[in-house]
Amino acid sequence: MATYLEFIQQNEERDGVRFSWNVWPSSRLEATRMVVPLACLLTPLKERPDLPPVQYEPVLCSRPTCKAVLNPLCQVDYRAKLWACNFCFQRNQFPPAYAGISEVNQPAELMPQFSTIEYIVQRGPQTPLIFLYVVDTCLEEEDLQALKESLQMSLSLLPADALVGLITFGRMVQVHELSCEGISKSYVFRGTKDLTAKQIQDMLGLSRPAVPVQQGRPLQTQEQPAISSRFLQPVHKIDMNLTDLLGELQRDPWPVTQGKRPLRSTGVALSIAVGLLEGTFPNTGARIMLFTGGPPTQGPGMVVGDELKTPIRSWHDIEKDNARFMKKATKHYETLANRTAANGHCIDIYACALDQTGLLEMKCCANLTGGHMVMGDSFNTSLFKQTFQRVFNKGFNGDFRMAFGASLEVKTSRELKIAGAIGPCVSLNAKGPCVSENELGIGGTSQWKICSLDPSTTLAIYFEVVNQHNAPIPQGGRGAVQFVTQYQHSSTQKRIRVTTIARNWADAQSQLQHIEAAFDQEAAAVLMARLGVYRAESEEGPDVLRWLDRQLIRLCQKFGQYNKDDPNSFRLSESFSLYPQFMFHLRRSPFLQVFNNSPDESSYYRHHFARQDLTQSLIMIQPILYAYSFHGPPETIAQWQKAGYQDMPEYENFKHLLQAPLDDAQEILQTRFPMPRYIHTEHGGSQARFLLSKVNPSQTHNNLYAWGQESGAPILTDDVSLQVFMDHLKKLAVSSAS
Amino acid sequence: MSVNQQTHTGPPYGQPQPGYQGYQQPAYGGQPLPGVPHSQYGVYNGPMPGYQQPVPPQGCFPSLGFPSKGSPVSFNSDTSLAPNFIGSVRAPSTSGTSLSSGHLGYSPFGQGDVQNGIPASTAPMQRPPASQPFLPGSAPVPVSQTSMLQQYGPPPASVQQLSNHMAGMTIGSTSTSAPPPAGLGYGAPRPPTMPGPPLPVQTAAGPPTSQPNHVSSPPPPPSTLSGPYPGPPMSGLRGPPPPTHPPQPGYQMQQNGSFEQVRGPQTNYGGAYPGTPNYGSQPGPPPPPKRLDPDSIPSPQLNELPPQQKPRHRIDPDAIPSPIQVIEDDRSNRGSEPFVTGVRGQVPPLVTTNFLVKDQGNASPRYIRCTSYNIPCTSDMAKQSQVPLAAVIKPLATLPPDETLPYLVDHGESGPVRCNRCKAYMCPFMQFIEGGRRFQCCFCSCVTEVPPHYFQHLDHTGKRVDFYDRPELSLGSYEFLATVDYCKNNKFPSPPAFIFMIDVSYNAVKSGLVRLICEELKSLLDYLPREGNMEESAIRVGFVTYNKVLHFYNVKSSLAQPQMMVVSDVADMFVPLLDGFLVNVNESRTVIISLLDQIPEMFADTRETETVFGPVIQAGLEALKAAECAGKLFIFHTSLPIAEAPGKLKNRDDKKLINTDKEKTLFQPQTSFYNNLAKDCVAQGCCVDLFLFPNQYLDVATLGIVTYQTGGSIYKYAYFQLETDQDRFLNDLRRDVQKEVGFDAVMRVRTSTGIRATDFFGAFFMSNTTDVEMAGLDCDKTITVEFKHDDKLSEDSGALLQCALLYTSCAGQRRLRIHNLSLNCCTQLADLYRNCETDTLINYLAKYAYRGVLNSPVKTVRDALINQCAQILACYRKNCASPSSAGQLILPECMKLLPVYLNCVLKSDVLQPGPEVTTDDRAYIRQLVTSMDVAETNVFFYPRLLPVTKADVDSDSLPAAIRNSEERLSKGDIYLLENGLNIFVWVGVNVQQGLIQNLFGVSSFSQISSTLNTLPVLENPFSKKVRSIIDMLQVQRSRYMKLIIVKQEDKLEMLFKQFLVEDKSLTGGASYVDFLCHMHKEIRQLLS
Repeated sequence: MATYLEFIQQNEERDGVRFSWNVWPSSRLEATRMVVPLACLLTPLKERPDLPPVQYEPVLCSRPTCKAVLNPLCQVDYRAKLWACNFCFQRNQFPPAYAGISEVNQPAELMPQFSTIEYIVQRGPQTPLIFLYVVDTCLEEEDLQALKESLQMSLSLLPADALVGLITFGRMVQVHELSCEGISKSYVFRGTKDLTAKQIQDMLGLSRPAVPVQQGRPLQTQEQPAISSRFLQPVHKIDMNLTDLLGELQRDPWPVTQGKRPLRSTGVALSIAVGLLEGTFPNTGARIMLFTGGPPTQGPGMVVGDELKTPIRSWHDIEKDNARFMKKATKHYETLANRTAANGHCIDIYACALDQTGLLEMKCCANLTGGHMVMGDSFNTSLFKQTFQRVFNKGFNGDFRMAFGASLEVKTSRELKIAGAIGPCVSLNAKGPCVSENELGIGGTSQWKICSLDPSTTLAIYFEVVNQHNAPIPQGGRGAVQFVTQYQHSSTQKRIRVTTIARNWADAQSQLQHIEAAFDQEAAAVLMARLGVYRAESEEGPDVLRWLDRQLIRLCQKFGQYNKDDPNSFRLSESFSLYPQFMFHLRRSPFLQVFNNSPDESSYYRHHFARQDLTQSLIMIQPILYAYSFHGPPETIAQWQKAGYQDMPEYENFKHLLQAPLDDAQEILQTRFPMPRYIHTEHGGSQARFLLSKVNPSQTHNNLYAWGQESGAPILTDDVSLQVFMDHLKKLAVSSAS
Repeated sequence: MSVNQQTHTGPPYGQPQPGYQGYQQPAYGGQPLPGVPHSQYGVYNGPMPGYQQPVPPQGCFPSLGFPSKGSPVSFNSDTSLAPNFIGSVRAPSTSGTSLSSGHLGYSPFGQGDVQNGIPASTAPMQRPPASQPFLPGSAPVPVSQTSMLQQYGPPPASVQQLSNHMAGMTIGSTSTSAPPPAGLGYGAPRPPTMPGPPLPVQTAAGPPTSQPNHVSSPPPPPSTLSGPYPGPPMSGLRGPPPPTHPPQPGYQMQQNGSFEQVRGPQTNYGGAYPGTPNYGSQPGPPPPPKRLDPDSIPSPQLNELPPQQKPRHRIDPDAIPSPIQVIEDDRSNRGSEPFVTGVRGQVPPLVTTNFLVKDQGNASPRYIRCTSYNIPCTSDMAKQSQVPLAAVIKPLATLPPDETLPYLVDHGESGPVRCNRCKAYMCPFMQFIEGGRRFQCCFCSCVTEVPPHYFQHLDHTGKRVDFYDRPELSLGSYEFLATVDYCKNNKFPSPPAFIFMIDVSYNAVKSGLVRLICEELKSLLDYLPREGNMEESAIRVGFVTYNKVLHFYNVKSSLAQPQMMVVSDVADMFVPLLDGFLVNVNESRTVIISLLDQIPEMFADTRETETVFGPVIQAGLEALKAAECAGKLFIFHTSLPIAEAPGKLKNRDDKKLINTDKEKTLFQPQTSFYNNLAKDCVAQGCCVDLFLFPNQYLDVATLGIVTYQTGGSIYKYAYFQLETDQDRFLNDLRRDVQKEVGFDAVMRVRTSTGIRATDFFGAFFMSNTTDVEMAGLDCDKTITVEFKHDDKLSEDSGALLQCALLYTSCAGQRRLRIHNLSLNCCTQLADLYRNCETDTLINYLAKYAYRGVLNSPVKTVRDALINQCAQILACYRKNCASPSSAGQLILPECMKLLPVYLNCVLKSDVLQPGPEVTTDDRAYIRQLVTSMDVAETNVFFYPRLLPVTKADVDSDSLPAAIRNSEERLSKGDIYLLENGLNIFVWVGVNVQQGLIQNLFGVSSFSQISSTLNTLPVLENPFSKKVRSIIDMLQVQRSRYMKLIIVKQEDKLEMLFKQFLVEDKSLTGGASYVDFLCHMHKEIRQLLS
């Protein structure tokens, strides 16, 4: 048997799923004692170059409350042309198209290697993708110019038939008509007034009494071309127009007096963007892309007043309940986000400014709709430019790496229930027999909507074992989970991806070592981290840390080997060995620590943390520090560099040494989204602080014993080092008091 | 009440004429009072004699008396004398003839008796008073005057006597309701008996009823009256002096018809022109009492009338004061020499006279005209006379090219020199003292130091040596350059802006209006007002289109193409752009042209029918606010703004409200929204000009509020059609855009101690009681200011007015325009009456009444007007006219047209709408009149009627105007009638084909299209002449008049006839003659 590591990796590659436990405790009680919940990280659209989609409809279990999809785990009676649902045990007739089915002539969905399969289905009209640019014009000239160029460039990256629209805002909000010859038209809104969707549609002339709004289905744009065509036009038709329009875009003309911030109506602009799409293209793939260069300073959603002497809220202000606009603004954006999500659209936020831009308040717009959140110092940076370009990256098969309007449904075998999900999704509020009453994350449902996702978008899904202790599962019994993700592919096709997995049940009392061995500590760390981050959004920071600590201690108590009250005797098995270290870094991470971060930064980090796949998440928790050296004293390299050795032919190897980390960094930069902030520093350089804040503070000004030793300079922090942390952990784990 | 209508021929007599009462003429005495006539009737004949008797005395007196005073005009009721003035000479002769006829007439009287019988009861009463028979009669009965007239025709001896008659007439009408009084009066017999005093009776009976009746309904048949009394007139002065006088004398009206009464000759005459001998005087009692048969009277004009009609007239229209005559006389007397303003209290020539003004210390009458140039010294006097003291001020009036514009004076950094206390500006009336070191204010007497930089020595007469070098010391009108202290927020203003706001809803687009406006603007923008010799206008322009939403346009010069910005949030209007909305025309020309080319295309397919209005003004206002300048909005609007927005209106038109207490609501705005908006506009200096193109009710009363209060103009083109209305609209637009205009104006009128400006009429806003604020003030806008006493005035020092207008010129320069006027003061009422100007008085009264309808039922307003005029005239009669028979109507020379003009005001659409007059028309007219100057109200209420077929094709002159009466029209002629808003071309059915061919280019009357709105351009002298006359008229008016071709006996003629204001109108407006009678009756009541 392959090792669990291999198993886990294999499963991840095939199904995009990583469970915290790969052998499941068979009773509720035992499961709760495992400390780390039974949960998985699911990457619904994980790229599978080897998985060609099938072009037919999935076969569903006929029980109305089940409707599970036929999968390799089902029992099939080839003679009777029957199959039994592995979730509800309903026996189902195969549809007529499967008449020729036999052991040797199996449809793909019955083959074990197709535990994940994707169907292309014909459903409803195909609507082109929609990209609605919402552009802040209160920018410095240079920034605006850079942004305009990026936007113009992006037109060439869009699918040719995609609809594109433009809203600009500053003191006022302008919705631009794109099809005008001879005169450019725009609808202008006051930036201070909150308008309902109905008002916005009326004011844009979008509501035609004759057109009944078809709830839940996209409007047939071909039949009603006039309605919204003024604002959303196919790229291929108007790219010249739009390029010119963007080219002529001026900075917000309203004067900004000394000591004031420009009046920026982000809240209304977003509201109008949402309202525009809401009325005209509900439930189609649409991205609202907000480009903002500063905080909203007026109207609904304002985050800070226009007086420069009043700084934007800090964590300190928030803790002191001193952020006067925060709650109202947050509420405004939450309402918008929920409406957007209900329509199946998503909002991206590209915020580039040296100061905060209000991401804290606006974060839900991206978080709930699956939109991107990008934070940079300026639009005139490669960070923004390349990141933005990467939004339109294409996958291995030439498709855009974006999908829309997905709904994820989770089905479980009867021993399991669904406790919730954490990720860029909203609840669809689908109650059912497999929904647990205990919620973890966004719970109370078995279905979630993910308005936008890409191949790396990863959700954490938490389960609850509900099998009672006194109702043992037969030996060899397996629990199963099916993930059904329906989505609009970037080609506008409707697709359904179905992943069905099964794991063995084990009795935690008798077979704890099996369970222990099947622990995926990486997945567990990320799953616990998501829970922690999720809590941190609503709870006080210290409480979350305490909760994390307690969980860690309990886990150590449960799975550690030690003698009571003897810290030195404490040992963890290999499958748990890294977990405490992950927790150590998690505690210090910007996801849970707000010290030294602005509220915007915290929101930004948390946003990304809640959607990245396992590998990225782990790196985010515990940064990787690569070392490059000649095995000489490291502190002299900077001096060599200053001395110019790298330019001398005889020191070419030194040049290579210097180049190696740069090349590696470039590679990393190229593969991540958003493009990471790239900092090049040297020992003692001012930028070194970014590095130092990430490393293990094994030497600080506090551990005096380290002074004067050769091992390096201390890091000025109050944080404890990993060593201290581990010592404490051991002590607490073995303590008979806890 | 028109004479014609009444049928009763015979009976009439019977009635006594009430009118008479007033008069003492014993002769009349015959007349019965209101009541009863019967016996009297019988008398009638009798009366005749009676009349005569009286006549002599009366007649004489009056006339005599008058002459000296002013020129009173008297009507003898009797006077059947047709020919008026003119005829004076002839009068005698005519009378002679008439007599004969008259006799005939009498006979009727006899018949009359019968009637008399009826009224009997009343009659008696009257008699008592009897001494003056007439009097009594007068009041009550009225009724059939007309009828009477016919019959009587005869009596009047002298023309002048008319007055009585008139009175009688009126009365008659009034009395209609009342029992026919009757014959008594006539009853010559009585004459002796009845003393004048019948008053009581009259009052009782007549008055009440009468008034009402008057107005509307014709008198009942029965009445007899008038005819009878008159009988006696003989003495009548008739005889006005021959030829010469004609003009003046006429006045009195006399007329004919009925008359036996001779009544004194018209006193009036005399009054009138002092200079001239008055008729009155001459009157020597010449003509013995004769009765004239009206018919027989040789009145040229009458000739054309069908015979039948004639008989009915009792009073010869030619014998009553003729506006035409007055105008002509003034022209010939005063048109030739310049009017030099150096002398205090001079009455200027009439507005209808062309004259040159030389400013020698008082403002030109083009800037200020007063109701009286001689103010009573005490408020008691003023109250007694009831003559309103008002000035009609047109601060930025356009001057003819040969007059000098006000000089611009710069007093330097410290600003204009002003009185320390009352802040009056330096003017010719300030008195320099102490060798020129100080000056004493002519308004408040406060002594102020002369600032060092302004010091100048005095010459031996006490005048400053630089007197002639300084406009502010030697002229009545001049301007000061304002300093920054006179500017809003202590900042010099930016040049103003014009914003064109075009309705692009379905109707506007479909009618071609939008395209028309856009095309026109392309060229019109090159003609924005410029300051003096500046090369280009400083005014910036902006463009907005709208239907249910607003579209702003960015036309910044740097743009390759215009940008349109749509604001749909009309609930909360704002201006979506800062830069590029208001631009310099030359700089942004290509972008603007591109925009104007595109606007019609962009909305060509619009389906939007709803419009907003409030937000449109708000948008303009906000734009001006953002640009920190004053300016003007030109709004082109088509429909009732029913779209959901602030200022949204309901259709609340309801013709059923007419003549109810709620009628006033039709003139009131239906929401206060626009009042508030107007206030904001005024504060910003945002003037709103409104061009309306309604196809149905759009509530002018409400929409016009902002325009009205910001000093803007409304133009209305109902059922706008490109072909027919385009010229008129474009001409109006061009003139409106190009005309001189000041912005952000504040006007204050200061007066010397003793009087005070208390009331203001016009298009403006007042936030306190003294300052008239106007966001915009153009050269056509007029403000009427009323003064009241707050102390005594002295004859020595007179009274001074100083009107100071602070405004921003079209180039953005802040200035003060000062107009000074000095008036005389009097302790004698006669001086007051001798220095009045009726045209100005009418201007005031019309504005007063038109404002009154906002708060009072229209009937109340009308009655108040009549009452006030009656009081004015009664006061004159009582205090200034020499004693004469009560039956005589005596009018001051200066006010002899008051009745006819007043009647025109009363008959105007606002005060007495015909069925086809819409609520919007009334509101429109109401607002329009409120800003009119004297010349405009003059022609508006009494249109000018020109017989073009009588024009001399070889000269530049206009044909002599004729009076506005159908009977003056000849079937064989073509006439032009203009009232400042419309020009009618009336074509008689018998016009020669040649003329028709020449003028219309068609061969016969029947081929003339009445839908034409211009005359074809034909190369023949007649066509050229007519068109040049029309052009000349158009140039004179501030609005381009709509040309309407009316063929005699065609449908449109009904419309035309409404403008024949001397006739009884279809809607019940009294004819001139009837009204005069009515006034007479009113006066008599007051006097009794």
